Amino acid sequence: MLRLPRFSYLRPESVAEAAQILSEYGPRATVVAGGTDLLPKMKRGQIEPEVVVGIGHLPELRQIRATGDGGFEIGACVTLTEVVASSELQAAYRGYTRAAALVSSPALRNSGTIGGNLCVDTRCNYYDESYEWRKALGFCMKKDGNICRVAPASATCRAIASSDTAPAAISMNATVLLVGPKGEREVPVESLYQDDGQFYLTKAADEILVSLKMPSPGAWRSSYVKVRNRGTIDFPLVGAAAALKMNGSVVEDCRIVITAVGPQPLDVSQAARPLLGRPIDDAILEEVATEAAKPARPLDNADISYVWRKRMTRRAIEQAIKEAAEVA
Amino acid sequence: MSDIGSREILKISVNGQNKELLVKPYATLLEILREDLRLTGTKHGCEAGECGACVVLIDGTPQLSCLVLPGQIEGSEVTTIEGVSDGGKLHPVQQAFMDHGALQCGYCTPGMVLSSKALLDANPRASAEEIKEALAGNLCRCTGYVSIIEAVEAAGRAMA
Amino acid sequence: MTTVANDPNADLRVIGKSLPRVDAAGKLIGLTAYADDIELPGTLYCKLLRSHLPHARVLSVDTSAASAIKGVIAVITGEDIPIKYGIMPTSQDEHALEYEKVRFVGDPVAAVAAVDEETALAACRAIVVEYEPLETVESIEHALLPPSDEPIHDYAGPGNVHRIGALEFGEVDEGFANSSFIREDVFFYEGNTHLPMEQHSATATFVGDQLTLWSSTQDPHYVHRALARVFDMPMGHIRVVAAPHGGGFGGKADPFSHEMAVCKLAMVTGRPVKCTLTREEVFYVHRGRHPVLMWVRTGVSQDGKILAMHFRTALDGGAYGSYGPASMLYTGALQTTTYNIPAYRFEGVRVFTNKAPCGPKRGHGTPQPRFALELHMDKIAEAIGLDPVELRRRNYVKPYTRTINHLRITSCGIEEVTDLVVEASRYHERKKRLGHGMGFAVSSYMSGAGLPIYWNKLPHSECIIQVNRGGVTLYCGATDIGQGSDTVLATVAAEELGLWPTDIRIVSGDTGLTPVDLGSYSSRVTFMAGNAALQAAREMREILVSAVAEKMECSPKDVMVGDGKIGELSFEEAANLAQERHGVLTARGSYTPPREIGGKYKAAGVGPSPAYSYSAAVVDLDADPYSGEIQLNKVWIAHDIGRSINELAVKGQVEGGVYMGLSEAMMEGQLYRHGLHKQPSMLDYKSFTFFEMPEVETFLVETVDLEGPYGAKEAGQGPLLPVIPAVVSAVHDALGVWVDEVPITPDKVMRALDAKAKGREGRYGPKSFPQISYPPIVKVPPFDASSTAF
Repeated sequence: MLRLPRFSYLRPESVAEAAQILSEYGPRATVVAGGTDLLPKMKRGQIEPEVVVGIGHLPELRQIRATGDGGFEIGACVTLTEVVASSELQAAYRGYTRAAALVSSPALRNSGTIGGNLCVDTRCNYYDESYEWRKALGFCMKKDGNICRVAPASATCRAIASSDTAPAAISMNATVLLVGPKGEREVPVESLYQDDGQFYLTKAADEILVSLKMPSPGAWRSSYVKVRNRGTIDFPLVGAAAALKMNGSVVEDCRIVITAVGPQPLDVSQAARPLLGRPIDDAILEEVATEAAKPARPLDNADISYVWRKRMTRRAIEQAIKEAAEVA
Repeated sequence: MSDIGSREILKISVNGQNKELLVKPYATLLEILREDLRLTGTKHGCEAGECGACVVLIDGTPQLSCLVLPGQIEGSEVTTIEGVSDGGKLHPVQQAFMDHGALQCGYCTPGMVLSSKALLDANPRASAEEIKEALAGNLCRCTGYVSIIEAVEAAGRAMA
Repeated sequence: MTTVANDPNADLRVIGKSLPRVDAAGKLIGLTAYADDIELPGTLYCKLLRSHLPHARVLSVDTSAASAIKGVIAVITGEDIPIKYGIMPTSQDEHALEYEKVRFVGDPVAAVAAVDEETALAACRAIVVEYEPLETVESIEHALLPPSDEPIHDYAGPGNVHRIGALEFGEVDEGFANSSFIREDVFFYEGNTHLPMEQHSATATFVGDQLTLWSSTQDPHYVHRALARVFDMPMGHIRVVAAPHGGGFGGKADPFSHEMAVCKLAMVTGRPVKCTLTREEVFYVHRGRHPVLMWVRTGVSQDGKILAMHFRTALDGGAYGSYGPASMLYTGALQTTTYNIPAYRFEGVRVFTNKAPCGPKRGHGTPQPRFALELHMDKIAEAIGLDPVELRRRNYVKPYTRTINHLRITSCGIEEVTDLVVEASRYHERKKRLGHGMGFAVSSYMSGAGLPIYWNKLPHSECIIQVNRGGVTLYCGATDIGQGSDTVLATVAAEELGLWPTDIRIVSGDTGLTPVDLGSYSSRVTFMAGNAALQAAREMREILVSAVAEKMECSPKDVMVGDGKIGELSFEEAANLAQERHGVLTARGSYTPPREIGGKYKAAGVGPSPAYSYSAAVVDLDADPYSGEIQLNKVWIAHDIGRSINELAVKGQVEGGVYMGLSEAMMEGQLYRHGLHKQPSMLDYKSFTFFEMPEVETFLVETVDLEGPYGAKEAGQGPLLPVIPAVVSAVHDALGVWVDEVPITPDKVMRALDAKAKGREGRYGPKSFPQISYPPIVKVPPFDASSTAF
């Protein structure tokens, strides 16, 4: 049986205490909420904390709260299942709840949390196996080694951003609340990530993601399209989130965020300009999708060839925009 | 910390019985069930959340016991396959699996039965699509899934 | 599901009914103890240290640091188990733990027994192995070149060639010369693995010179033999018990390192020792589907009759022999059991590479050539302007005939299975439109191999039925791996003794308690163990009937058996009556396949079977002309089962076969990168979930085989075979491109579409077949029919 290495489990009474513990132990500690990402990685020796700080039990992190201005604040330890089950969230953020529904499998979504999914580790098929396997292949810079195996000339790790909910949240201009020993700060979800598969989060190690704040959807409608090998379980090979602000059949504004085509989600909304101020038609959609897919840089470190994933990026964007337009 | 991973007390209910256990904080619920409690009906196929064989119900919700720490389930009610039937009488889901040939080697069966039970407890009229959605994370290599869907539909009818 | 019965009035009470499995209840309540659930007092836990290099000489193994770890009880290395073994007599090429050289990433070099798995793992990591790396051979093409340093093995050859052969039946050159159309094609079938849900596990004890092994094995009989050889022990001191089984599909049919290691460690420590593999290790243990490169050339007459066929295969065997010699021959043997091929030449080679060893997976060696042959037939049909079903019909084998390679065909429902799926799917009425397609294919498979793996004269299967205290126990060496063999045996006994299947207690797969059965492979159990059970049950019935007849003072033929009664007495009363007279009641049955079912030439041992099953499939799918993505809509499958012993169980085997065929057709691949398995996890090795599986409509045809038990034939492997080519054929129907390689992933379809869009051939697949120095062709004389009826 694949087992966890030894560690101690701490169960703080509050977020503040959890942050305190993190700051005390530094890199030797990590937080766990659902554990669905962390525990397999610990079993494979990819992450080796001495102290695991449980936060999933903290009631303050388990609430979905209307913010009064039409928006919602979702606690980090709300499970993906709970988000999917919320009719209010479904109505306001179709793209986000769709993305949550497409994460892995039902049993995993019952444990997995929304904070955990935003922070889900980047993935790479030169990395996501056991210690023994990585030893056989040669370690990489993400753990125990010093080069990027898929792109040896790269100075940074090229593991793939694999959160489904992140692009959907970004497309709705969401923010996250981070709490650390020095207090709290609110940052756009987009700036939570950076172009480095190893240090993919900008959040400090002793900061805890406390909640996701979704602004009022107003006239925005959204969608998320996930490309993967199988209809369940799998991480995205490509993900595309689209949000449209419509005035009748005319597009007033459009945001497009793609994921799994590099180490961080990419906001490619610039490419949507030709759509603005007019109704959507197939020709313009194809032009926009082609342009929006250009920054995608899939490499040979995930399932199915990168040429195919590149092509599917365009398809996913096209579908996401179409589906957003169809959201009632 | 000199005593990393020293044992801790876990209070849970397993199949309706209250347990006070001395466990390793890094032993997953799967290990606690199989090795400490010798409830080996809970199976394991990957121990990494990829196959669904180890699904148990935690407070009625299917979860992968290979990815659950004792510290996460203090005070919870755990139901394993050993706790599904009522004395000598099979649960309608178990009976339907038997009648419809929804098991062959039987290794994925405990996880399938528990996922199905949780679905039907909430929605006995689940459609084939809803059944697929609910059982999506449970892999089976024998049946081709066809008979499992038939069985869960039949069990739903029996439970409705 | 629909059954077409050709013998509807047969007087059968339980045979053919849809009844639950006899072992269902225990599995459903979590009581059935699979191998890893067995926990004996004082058990130690074993972990194996495996090579992280694909090919290297082992210079030294230092276990001192490992032995010093608290809680480590014993550490062993290869020199502790020096005798080699292997499933086939000609490939005794495995050490339990390698000490001379390692041949793939995952080859075991040491084993630890410790108080828990955590300690055993730490000890494995503390073992220091000094290696001298050797050249890694990773492909068929590479393996055919002379090795730059040394071959992977020091036997067989030349170079890394494991087995090579060339056979010809009939006048092939003449056939081609007479052909009005000749076509050549090249295909590649990627390797894939069984992926049983249960990881292999074994526990051994050694008490008072008696070695006992409980293991998740399909073949306790062969493991028993291997243990006797490796430990130089009398067979009578060894007992191998096949534990209730969490899925085999051929993956648990070899003797394995972890089985040897726990036995040795039990001897060394005097305590029970258990080893359960991790999922990653299961991928390394493998013995799965061989990657096979194939070339086929066929000549047909003006009206589409095959006049000659030349088939070449090259198998990537991985690091060890395993079943390889048989696997290689199977890629050539069964082309002739579906189509009447009057002149046939087969050239095959299996090479060693530094990858996990390949072996038998469901369909053993035949899904690959079936894939090639069926698509080849499609292409010939297209080229000569004939409907693909019609082309096949013109070449179908006939019942009760002899193939050119001397195989005896008996009952044969190939026409019926074709009619059923073609009509039900309305294959010929489909409207051609871009993106939608249907594909048809047909196949046949063996109901058990005609010969054992090693030469011996024991029966292939034996059963003992014991009646004691009014209860019935059936002892058979067969192993229920989930396919339902215990249910088959219980049903046969119940039919004869007037009981219900759950009235029969089954003791199976235990070399210490049960008579010989060769194991659960080659779809042999229903036919062979079923016949043995039938013979034993009839003998027992006679004993009971004559006791009752004597008491009733009537003729035995007037004693009716059924509904729990023997004549006027209840079964229990009758059993007690007979036991009072004779003591405990036993009856025996055995089965050995007839000798004349195959030829007598060298290599004739592969292919003969007492009966062949026939399957046909139509697949309906949508394929995206932009992305190459495939959405399966429905599969129609018809299978010539001979007769169902248990209809529900047969339906399960057929649906399971369809599933496994679809999954490997579309996504499964045992892939390597730099000599290392690319994806040894259930997340990254893709297999179908509920979402990918389409609707399946199943038809069973009962041809009632004259030699099968009640007419039964196999169901476990055959229905997988036609599904794979039917998928690829349907993609061609939908998009007009050929993907001559499985798995047919969307990127391959996309590349074929791109090629077509650029005006090139709309095809993805291997470009050529390598130049291979096959040995001179052995021309086999025609079958001598004087000794048999046909």
